[in-house]
Amino acid sequence: MAYVAVKGGERAIDNAHAWLAEERRGDLGISAIGLAQITEQLGRSVDRVMAEGSVYDTDLAALAIKQSQGDLIEAAFLLRAYRTTLPRFAIAEPVDTANMLIRRRISAVYKDLPGGQILGPTYDYTHRLLDFALAAGTVPPPAAEAIAPEAAMPRVADILGQEGLIEAHTDDGREPGDLTREPLRFPATRDVRLQALARGDEGFLLAMGYSTQRGYGGSHPFVGELRVGDCNIEITPPEIGFAIDIGDVMLTECALVNQFAGSKTVPPQFTSGYGLTFGHAERKAMGMALVDRAMRAEELGEDANAPAQNIEFMLYHSDNIEATGFVEHLKLPHYVDFQSELETIRRMRAETGQ
Amino acid sequence: MNEILQGYNFAYLDEQTKRMLRRALLKAVAIPGHQIPFGSREMPLPYGWGTGGIQVTAAVLGPNDVLKVIDQGADDTTNAVSIRRFFAKTAGVATTTDTATATIIQTRHRIPEFPLSENQILVYQVPQPEPLSKLEPSRGETRRMHALAEYGSMHVRLYEDITRFGHVAISYDYPVMVGGRYLMAPSPIPAFDNPKLHMMPALQLFGAGREKRIYAIPPYTNVRSLDFDDHPFCAGRAPHPCGLCGSETSYLDEVVVDNKGGRLFVCSDTDYCETRRAAGHVGADA
Repeated sequence: MAYVAVKGGERAIDNAHAWLAEERRGDLGISAIGLAQITEQLGRSVDRVMAEGSVYDTDLAALAIKQSQGDLIEAAFLLRAYRTTLPRFAIAEPVDTANMLIRRRISAVYKDLPGGQILGPTYDYTHRLLDFALAAGTVPPPAAEAIAPEAAMPRVADILGQEGLIEAHTDDGREPGDLTREPLRFPATRDVRLQALARGDEGFLLAMGYSTQRGYGGSHPFVGELRVGDCNIEITPPEIGFAIDIGDVMLTECALVNQFAGSKTVPPQFTSGYGLTFGHAERKAMGMALVDRAMRAEELGEDANAPAQNIEFMLYHSDNIEATGFVEHLKLPHYVDFQSELETIRRMRAETGQ
Repeated sequence: MNEILQGYNFAYLDEQTKRMLRRALLKAVAIPGHQIPFGSREMPLPYGWGTGGIQVTAAVLGPNDVLKVIDQGADDTTNAVSIRRFFAKTAGVATTTDTATATIIQTRHRIPEFPLSENQILVYQVPQPEPLSKLEPSRGETRRMHALAEYGSMHVRLYEDITRFGHVAISYDYPVMVGGRYLMAPSPIPAFDNPKLHMMPALQLFGAGREKRIYAIPPYTNVRSLDFDDHPFCAGRAPHPCGLCGSETSYLDEVVVDNKGGRLFVCSDTDYCETRRAAGHVGADA
């Protein structure tokens, strides 16, 4: 028989990409989706892609979502790859979430507190009934408006801190790590851990946070506070020497209040887990805070045997861009290695006389 | 071949990143077989698809280099095509399928059959740089084991194979000792290729993007596949000549040709096979 060595990888790739583009566009009789529609009407998708893609830009995130046919991990990957090519021209001042322009702020540990409970645009308490009026395109009636509170809204952690009831966090003056420039090293400090979790996969953080609630490394969490709103980003260019406002980002912050610990030298006090993420992403911020607290087990003198408490395990597996790449690489040809396995197994079977 | 992509630096990565990579490479060459952590960047290709090799190639590539990219020994496998195109597009370098002409060869899973020279660099794509990972999942712990040259557990693993099967049953990514000091994963090349690692005149560089590690074997370095005095390393190939060029010594792919158990064995190194056929060698199935 005539065997022709397989050629044509290049043509196959070109044709596959052309087919993909055609499929992405879909039926030409239906109008193409615009980026503005994605940013305006699929905001939670945009937020997730910005968080996991590590770039705050709603238009780029919308483009990535459109380009990936709504595959949000693929979209986050597109943003990450783009991010690598961007110059780093400044490092922002720390964001002060106490000065957040609040859209939503709730605390589960106080009935009422300074600044009040603000429910905001939430799916909580909606009945999950498919809304056929929405399918028909009904325009919702305008929502009631209120005057934004003028005073800064204190964080619950700060309220507890006034009494010394919660552990204090002070700035040790150390430059925070950056795992986009330096590889992870262990033991990983909390700043690096939080950076990894902020970029981490929402599903992974949700599942691992959930596992701590079910007994694998639990720490009796209360939602001290969950807040969503816009924060100023400021940079201090060396040429002018003072901070300037370069824009706002929407953030979701979750501060957990966890069971107290104490020792002979430290009186009993509450501890905390912390979550912060781009956009409106409560599930992710809460999962992150649960996991952050779980990863502090060893530092706080607790047993650390559960998966969520294993820092190396958590940090090496939270990144969905790394995970999806390596899982999906199994699709690449492996026939050389498989051939060596074939020869080995044939040899073993021959030796045992089978 | 392709138009050069506008708006990106030569070979995609910015010069600062290349400098970081070159520092890691120098360190790797200075400590043969030792894994150097580096600030791996997100590439426009997925992790696990050669991002480590691509970053290493980008760091050593110059405008006058001639690049060859192979996957499974072949130049026309889809991922090899994709990576070759990436550099043709971002660096505008000349590319080739001819092993002898290439100055840099990026590979996945094979070492070319033709011996390489001092003027060549072989860049390996590495999925898992830690040879001890299947014995000890914690990288904190394996780092300590390397520091202490504590490799007993790997010898025990080989010994267990010998007691169960009569021989070592690792058929690819077979662990090696480099320069008598560091245990190293040669990447998933078939064990058949391991002897080529030893005293190779070309510089061998290994990049693991997702795991963020670089390591190297400098030219003419002693590389020994792990074994025992009474059970020396041995690695086979399919016991057939190549159906196209008749080679009795090359590593073979097994191609299923029909539904009745028909098999064709052909060289996995496509350039080797084509060069031999051009020189007049003919196999039984050609």
